[in-house]
Amino acid sequence: MKIAVVGAGPAGVRAVETLVAAGHRPVWIDEAPDGGGRIYQRPPPPLGRNAKTLYGFEAQRATALHDTLDAMKPHADWRPDTLVWHVRPGAKRLQTLHRGAQGAVEYDAVLLCTGAMDRVVPVPGWTLPGVTTMGAAQISLKTQGCGIGSRVAFLGSGPLLWLVAYQYAKAGADVVAVLDTTSFATKARAAPGLLRGGATFAKGLYYIGWLRAHGVRIAEGVTPLAIAGDATSGVTGLSWRDAAGRQAQVDCDAIGIGWGLRPEAQLADLAGIPFRFDDTQHNWVPERDIAGRTAVAGHYLAGDGAGIGGAEVAELAGTRAALALLQDAGAAVDIALAARLDRKLAAAWRFRVALERASPYPVHLAAGLPDDAILCRCEGLRVGELRAAAAEDYPAGRAPEMNRAKSFTRTGMGRCQGRVCGAAAAEILAAALGRPVTDIGRLRGQPPVKPIPIAAPAAEAVP
Amino acid sequence: MTTACDVLIVGGGGAGCSAALHLAQRGQRVILLERGLVGSQASGVNYGGVRQQGRNPAELPIARRSHALWQRMPELVGNDIEFTVTGHLKLARDEAEEAELIAYLDVAREHGLALRMVGRNSLHLDYPWLGPKVVAGSFAAEDGSANPRLLSASLARAARAAGARIEEHTRVTGFAHDGALFRLTAEDGRAFTAPLLLNVAGYWGGAVAAAFGEPVPITPLSPNMAVTEPIPFFIEPNIGVVGGNVYLRQIPRGNVIIGGGHAENNADNDASGRPWARPLPEVTLEALGLAVAIVPSLAGVQVIRSWTGIDGQMPDRIPVIGPSGTTPGLFHAFGFSGHGFQLGPGVGAIMTELMLDGHTDVPLQPFRIGRWQSPA
Repeated sequence: MKIAVVGAGPAGVRAVETLVAAGHRPVWIDEAPDGGGRIYQRPPPPLGRNAKTLYGFEAQRATALHDTLDAMKPHADWRPDTLVWHVRPGAKRLQTLHRGAQGAVEYDAVLLCTGAMDRVVPVPGWTLPGVTTMGAAQISLKTQGCGIGSRVAFLGSGPLLWLVAYQYAKAGADVVAVLDTTSFATKARAAPGLLRGGATFAKGLYYIGWLRAHGVRIAEGVTPLAIAGDATSGVTGLSWRDAAGRQAQVDCDAIGIGWGLRPEAQLADLAGIPFRFDDTQHNWVPERDIAGRTAVAGHYLAGDGAGIGGAEVAELAGTRAALALLQDAGAAVDIALAARLDRKLAAAWRFRVALERASPYPVHLAAGLPDDAILCRCEGLRVGELRAAAAEDYPAGRAPEMNRAKSFTRTGMGRCQGRVCGAAAAEILAAALGRPVTDIGRLRGQPPVKPIPIAAPAAEAVP
Repeated sequence: MTTACDVLIVGGGGAGCSAALHLAQRGQRVILLERGLVGSQASGVNYGGVRQQGRNPAELPIARRSHALWQRMPELVGNDIEFTVTGHLKLARDEAEEAELIAYLDVAREHGLALRMVGRNSLHLDYPWLGPKVVAGSFAAEDGSANPRLLSASLARAARAAGARIEEHTRVTGFAHDGALFRLTAEDGRAFTAPLLLNVAGYWGGAVAAAFGEPVPITPLSPNMAVTEPIPFFIEPNIGVVGGNVYLRQIPRGNVIIGGGHAENNADNDASGRPWARPLPEVTLEALGLAVAIVPSLAGVQVIRSWTGIDGQMPDRIPVIGPSGTTPGLFHAFGFSGHGFQLGPGVGAIMTELMLDGHTDVPLQPFRIGRWQSPA
């Protein structure tokens, strides 16, 4: 049986471990030069920073995952630095790109562990040099030992906001402000549910406490106004309105922004797996059962790419989806283990609901953006250009849903294919149409999942 | 609920929306029924070439008629659909292909289409970015390109403003004619009646014709398309090749659109009742290879998206246009075989004349629906 696993983050590692234990040798593909996923991305060997510095509380978990990753590589057809840019569910074939070379991988069953990326809301000035997503700011620090700036502000919401700010401060950056767009009241309402998360919740409190103790400026319930700066000098400052309506600002040379994560689910989409809108996460997610089975036979999902659950959940889900795959292939699996994982996953999802409620996607910020703010970085489109497509007098008629708005305005048609602007674009269009965001659909996935280069002409073509 | 009108149109592509506009402008009560949103298939997701060059001679009179409408788009629909006259440069990559270009010059002259043959030396002088494989070209100065995503929707909006009803998300499942009136039934139970019916349903036009007892040998066709990231503008003309295995154009904002080969599809309704089509990676890669042989500096440029849609192809690669052979009041215009985008606006005008006046200036004999039947 030909099995392919896409992704070598927490879900992919545990999935491959399970498959190898059952005697399989899967093709194992990761887009990055090494496994570990974004969360446990390792620095190149010469940097040699220790796990405790890199991963803090997560050091033990990270080390354990890396150990399994390295132990599994010889037991799999390990293909790092390889992008899967298309999948044909009927032909059961993955189209790959490895250092400029095209390739294809045939499979009988595939497990997609494609992870997540930052979810952003545009802020006027967000395309200035020096503005980075929170996740990218963290990766820069983790893998290159390099910060995004020396006077750094963080703006957003969710666990990553506090964690990254803490990591930057610990690494010696001057963290000039941590601005949470979620109000204290919203978080307080979610607190009872969060307590169920135990250690995770405690870690969050620790970071916030540490930042306060070290005199870092913190504000909650803020409304970002604008990022100041220009194209040559980059970011010079950030202004916002605080919860009481007072305007404030800070000078800085870099800003990390992020409002939680969104699944990198383009392959699931291209595989024809149905999607649903997850109200709690406020994301479109591919449909699967708790074990990772989907409506498309032979196609399984695990990890954040199947709905944001975080690294711990991803590890459980990776094992569970591999068991489901094996079970469906007729193998005898440890039923008790599967049942135990199901219970753990269900409990973890309950905590996740509380976490999401504590840092909801700021719909009001996206819908309230001024017309002249840049919405789509790739296409240089402004918010007003998308809003205009919701009007009856738009030259091509009103765009009643997201893909039609894309057709008319080019929103989501650039290099990122809407991965960056899509979430905010949906809120802007929905608000302009006066309809719930669930009604206007989602940008459909189109290959390539990420840009692929045109290869040079074959040698014989040149006389 | 049954709604009566003067003319029913099935299919909201370029031809259908243009017909809705032209019929409404002549005072007809028109209802257009479209399964999805207008311009969702062949008319909306094609390459965007607005080309007369290289067409089957039979199509040239329609293309000429359509060309006039393309030039008048701003007054017709209130926006220009990004129609740009860039010229169309059709290239030969060997002597046999060059001979084809030369042979077509006579055909073009007969139909008043101005073509200019460009020999190897001046070709590489005028277009220094062409690769060494290219040996000759034929330039059609009047041709150009437009934004397919805007055509049908803009025509539909103008049609609505002129009084037509455009019913989107209306899948017709029942077709009947009682001798005087057509009666179409939608999936949701709504019914529509009219003495005239225009079938402009693309690939699915074949099923409509079959419903009225005149099946045709139509097959689904899904041209495979890709587009690059924006790069500095340098490819001015719309580029084609003899044989048509690749075509490319650059829009002023910088993206290069590259077509060639065919994608996979399931045009007949699958279990979910929804047709689908999707680009094939190997076909995309082959087209990119052919493109970079013509324009070598495209090497290393990133492709950011690929797509396709569903058109209907006839065995002789020209559409079915004209009155039904079985049912009075029924008219067809479908099966544009992958090159109907330019023709759409003109076809709408021609069908309006045919339906309301009983005749049109454009010769339609080659397109008759009965052409596959052996003479009785």
